[in-house]
Amino acid sequence: MLNKTPFWKYILVIFVVAITALYATPNIYGEDHAIQISASNNAFVSEELKTSIEVTLKEKGIEIKRIELENERILVRLLDSDTQLVARELIDSKLDDDYVVAMNLAPDTPDWLDALGASPMKLGLDLRGGVHFLMEVDMNSATTKAYEDVVGDFKLQLREERIFYRTVVQNPDSVDVIFRDDEMLEKAQFYLRNQFRDLSITERDDLTLRAAFLEARLAQIRDAAVSQNVTIIRSRINQLGVAEPLVQKQGQERIVVQLPGIQDTAKAKEILNATATLEFRMLDEKSDVRDALRGRAPAGSEVIYHKNGQPYLLKKQVMLTGSHIIDANSGVDQYGVPNVSIDLDSKGGAKWSQATKENIKKPMATVFIEYKTTGERDVEGKLVFEKKEDIISVATIQAQLGSSFQISGLDSPTEARELALLLRAGALIAPIQIVEERTVGPSLGKENIELGMTAIIWGLAGVLVFMLIYYRAFGVIANIALLLNLVMIVGIMSMIPGATLTLPGMAGIVLTVGMAVDANVLIFERIREELREGRSPQQAIHFGYDNAFSTILDANITTFIAGLILFAIGTGPIKGFSITLMIGIATSMFTAIVVSRVLVNSIWGGKRVTKLAI
Amino acid sequence: MGFQLLKLKETVDFMKWRFPAMIFSTLLIVGSIVSLGVNQLNWGLDFTGGTLIEVGYEQSADLEAVRTIMLDAGYTDAMVQNFGSSQDVLIRLAPREGVKAVEIGDQVLATLRADGTKVDMRRIEFVGPNVGDELTEQGGLAMLAALICILIYVAMRFEYRFALGSVAALVHDVILTLGLFSVLQLEFDLTVLAAVLAVIGYSLNDTIVVSDRIRENFRKIRKTEPVEIINISLTQTLNRTIITSLTTVLVLVALFYKGGALIHGFATALLFGVIVGTYSSVYIASAVGLAFGISRDDLIPTEIIKEGEDQDPV
Repeated sequence: MLNKTPFWKYILVIFVVAITALYATPNIYGEDHAIQISASNNAFVSEELKTSIEVTLKEKGIEIKRIELENERILVRLLDSDTQLVARELIDSKLDDDYVVAMNLAPDTPDWLDALGASPMKLGLDLRGGVHFLMEVDMNSATTKAYEDVVGDFKLQLREERIFYRTVVQNPDSVDVIFRDDEMLEKAQFYLRNQFRDLSITERDDLTLRAAFLEARLAQIRDAAVSQNVTIIRSRINQLGVAEPLVQKQGQERIVVQLPGIQDTAKAKEILNATATLEFRMLDEKSDVRDALRGRAPAGSEVIYHKNGQPYLLKKQVMLTGSHIIDANSGVDQYGVPNVSIDLDSKGGAKWSQATKENIKKPMATVFIEYKTTGERDVEGKLVFEKKEDIISVATIQAQLGSSFQISGLDSPTEARELALLLRAGALIAPIQIVEERTVGPSLGKENIELGMTAIIWGLAGVLVFMLIYYRAFGVIANIALLLNLVMIVGIMSMIPGATLTLPGMAGIVLTVGMAVDANVLIFERIREELREGRSPQQAIHFGYDNAFSTILDANITTFIAGLILFAIGTGPIKGFSITLMIGIATSMFTAIVVSRVLVNSIWGGKRVTKLAI
Repeated sequence: MGFQLLKLKETVDFMKWRFPAMIFSTLLIVGSIVSLGVNQLNWGLDFTGGTLIEVGYEQSADLEAVRTIMLDAGYTDAMVQNFGSSQDVLIRLAPREGVKAVEIGDQVLATLRADGTKVDMRRIEFVGPNVGDELTEQGGLAMLAALICILIYVAMRFEYRFALGSVAALVHDVILTLGLFSVLQLEFDLTVLAAVLAVIGYSLNDTIVVSDRIRENFRKIRKTEPVEIINISLTQTLNRTIITSLTTVLVLVALFYKGGALIHGFATALLFGVIVGTYSSVYIASAVGLAFGISRDDLIPTEIIKEGEDQDPV
């Protein structure tokens, strides 16, 4: 018999539709204005903290919808945006710097859906408001710095090997060593080639050796510069109190920073551009820190506090600054004690060697210096920056140190990791610059959602009415398929972690609504044709679907190709458009061909039909 | 059967008009290219670089006053205009050298707020000059890549003459859409580029449907001239072509009127593209294919037809 649907197809359709519909449901529940509290450095969030926040807010008469503690963060759900502002101020003033207090829009997904891993679609910055920065790392200064080190290393090592040279010159993309005679040049060439495997060393006229980094090493330098900046930016953004920041490497030398919900972009920019440095200084053991605290510090010394709150008296003279640090990594020594190994550049190494030689068995402090905003503004409206100095470690110098050494005396591997990160952050290899900014105010974001929704509803209504009038009973089927298609798009968008809904994405959904019925139009027109040619209704349905299939497939695959290319080259909103377009193509083929066929079969299939309402 | 847009008893002789259509299209293409050469495109911020600030006032904004404020503050190149509504003002500044470029947006905002007026920041966009250049390059590349991929797919799936026909139709649609943006000096930004690529997808959709039918008819109807086959195929698919264009135009009109000012360019490009695409799938794709000499011999299936296969199942 014609037009009977096999049992497995029913199961498939019900299963696919049910799953996507289930994952689409969180989008119905909307969002709560919430405050998100997470711990940064040495703190952690706890039940006690949760209770104390709850009490504080209640005292001030702020109504809480719900307060949750999960994934190492506390989420306070509030009733509206006004109380959200007040509550944030309140909590922020109550907690110290160790906590990040951020405003957030938390989806109000019911627990049972949450347990299934269902969550609403993520909205792009153009819909929820926020800042998008594209930052470019200055690669020239990264390579220049690397060549500076080469110059220093060459001088030092050639001298040690008693290979005499006239001069070492740094060019933008190479280093030249000039000699007096051929013999020394030969010797140097042999020695340097063996010592510096990542440099290509070539002999030139006029007794000159030219050294340039190999491509692999250059890529490594570039990569290190970008990764370091990513790390630094991440740690700085914690200060901003952004709920879901995104910091990501893009291409070879760029970094994307997305801060949803941020309104004060000026502040964001200043914090991103702020710098952190590092200093190694000796402890002043001749005087008592308690005297100094009473205001009687010796002229060459000052009191600086350790992160844990303990005061130390340090000499003002700086032995070494963090700008000489090339790399820092955490690890453990042979006894399993955590440490941090540090590599210095050649200049720093020489300085360090001299300084440590004079101070063996004396304690030394590592001071981390950050420029933080106070939140106040000066007369020109610029944010006021405050120099913040913290001792991050105190250790005794055991022996004369070279350009590679270790800091021990750390409490835990976590502390070692954090110190290594801070040390790396202290030595900025390459400065960064904002090359693109896109900021969307919250009012515009909200408006964009409304506009997009209105466009979708009007477009949808138009198509539904048209199909109903034109194809009558079959129009109803096409309309069911179209509505299911929308549910599936929303469901799949919610399931894919990387997919975000943007304004062009909403336009893509509108477009999909218009084009998705095409498959059904093709099929129905074909059925009409078959009927005109005198086939029975059952045969007309059968051939209508069969003959239209390959056409639909070809037509959709080509549109899909266009979508794929858009996805590959596009960024941000355009990617959003291509994602909805591609998902829309896939789901519309499923609903228009499979779902509508199942519906048609279950209504007309397998029985005597003399007339089709098409 | 329900009512139908067109009840065509006779085959319409579309191809009778193919030469006038070719001339018409050629004129439009030449016009577009001339305009693209002379007026060029009104490149948006995404491609030129620079700064754009959109602000909202509580009442209708006094553009002259805003211009004066900007001039007094030293932004001599500021372009000030309404955007979407009379309360919304869009200020554009050309790209400028220096590290401080990124701060311009915030400075302008501060300037506008200086006299205590309530100004709502709606969006700030800053694009560095290099980024703009790269985007232009990428955009052109994307369009080329899309065309080539589609050419390969259609050539594989159908025949190279069809591929040439459909790509000719695509190029036709893209050039005319770009031409429209050039003639009317509408802003060409990234979303419009996305729309143009979507036009490529749409136009192809149409062309494929027609080509598919032509191929089918070549196999089914023997002893008929290619021109006649094409006419029959176009007539058969005409209803579908019109209905799909209609539903698509319907949603695009909704998008144009309800989607807001940000999406205007996108909707315009697609509306125009869909209409041109419908026309080109009828005239350009088939006519070009015909000109290259589509014939039955190229399309007859090579496999042996099984006895009784063309009988209807019961």
